[in-house]
Amino acid sequence: MANEIQIQVNGEPRGWREGGTVADLLSDLAVAAERVAVELNLEILDRKDFGQRSLCEGDRVEILGFIGGGCETKGESDGRER
Amino acid sequence: MDANDRLTIAGHEFRSRLWVGTGKYKDFAETKKAIEASGADVVTVAVRRVNITDRSKENLLDYIDPKKYTILPNTAGCYTVEDAVRYARLARAAGISDLVKLEVLGDERTLFPDTAGLIEAAKILIKEGFIVLPYTNDDPIVAKKLVDIGCPAVMPLAAPIGSGLGIRNPYNLKIIMETVKVPIIVDAGVGTASDAALAMEYGADAVLMNTAIAGAQHPIAMAEAMKYAVYAGRLAYKAGRIPRKLYATASSPIEGML
Repeated sequence: MANEIQIQVNGEPRGWREGGTVADLLSDLAVAAERVAVELNLEILDRKDFGQRSLCEGDRVEILGFIGGGCETKGESDGRER
Repeated sequence: MDANDRLTIAGHEFRSRLWVGTGKYKDFAETKKAIEASGADVVTVAVRRVNITDRSKENLLDYIDPKKYTILPNTAGCYTVEDAVRYARLARAAGISDLVKLEVLGDERTLFPDTAGLIEAAKILIKEGFIVLPYTNDDPIVAKKLVDIGCPAVMPLAAPIGSGLGIRNPYNLKIIMETVKVPIIVDAGVGTASDAALAMEYGADAVLMNTAIAGAQHPIAMAEAMKYAVYAGRLAYKAGRIPRKLYATASSPIEGML
């Protein structure tokens, strides 16, 4: 059993297994990798590196995708305006 | 619609001269129907955190097929050069193209663009290979500067975003259209079909709107109205309107009268 570490995903703390990659995280979260951008500690990752980049203690991961938006939109991935 | 009357921007060819946003709809089904009714082939989207706590939520791209539509990500909600550049890079990483509708906003109340920040952000992104379509004010000097630094189109506003006020400064827009030799997409402030038709009659190459459709009492019907308005305006522009005159000119001949 891998050691449990703490990371942050989209601003929320989350337990994670040491050695688990970005691709593993997306798969655990049921997020389709081809539709999102991932920022790891402010570095935007290349999609082809998702499987190689393992996450470490304290890492901050942001997972972003496209939502409904026109000129000015706030809010989170549900197509609603504020 | 005339299949040969295409709009080309930096090698991307567009069928429709009406571009639409995808925000503010009741649900994705309505978004999809409205876009279909509008005939638009360019749709703007925003970049936001994916909801990871409730994965049952549907995704916009389940409804809008990126193979059928050009997905144009924007940097909406960004008030600094750094944020706008960051969101543009994220959009490119999440998407499939280098296109970005660049917004650097200056003020929450008016949502007017911070044009100094816009030019700065555009320079950075163009250097990185982005195709930058800047959302700008109806300022001919700024529009020219944006073109000079390499923007292949400019998107001046008609009025504040979501205001529905229509074209507030037709003369500035006309000057932009005369002085800037790239496609002009009038963006934001359209309220109803006649506003869109007017923008096209002035010589805009396309019109982008969101609230005017999504906020209408019947969004799908309004989407259709906008489709025809943009088309009619375009045809009228190409047909060449008659000059305005103060006095009447009879259209029936005098000859043959008793």
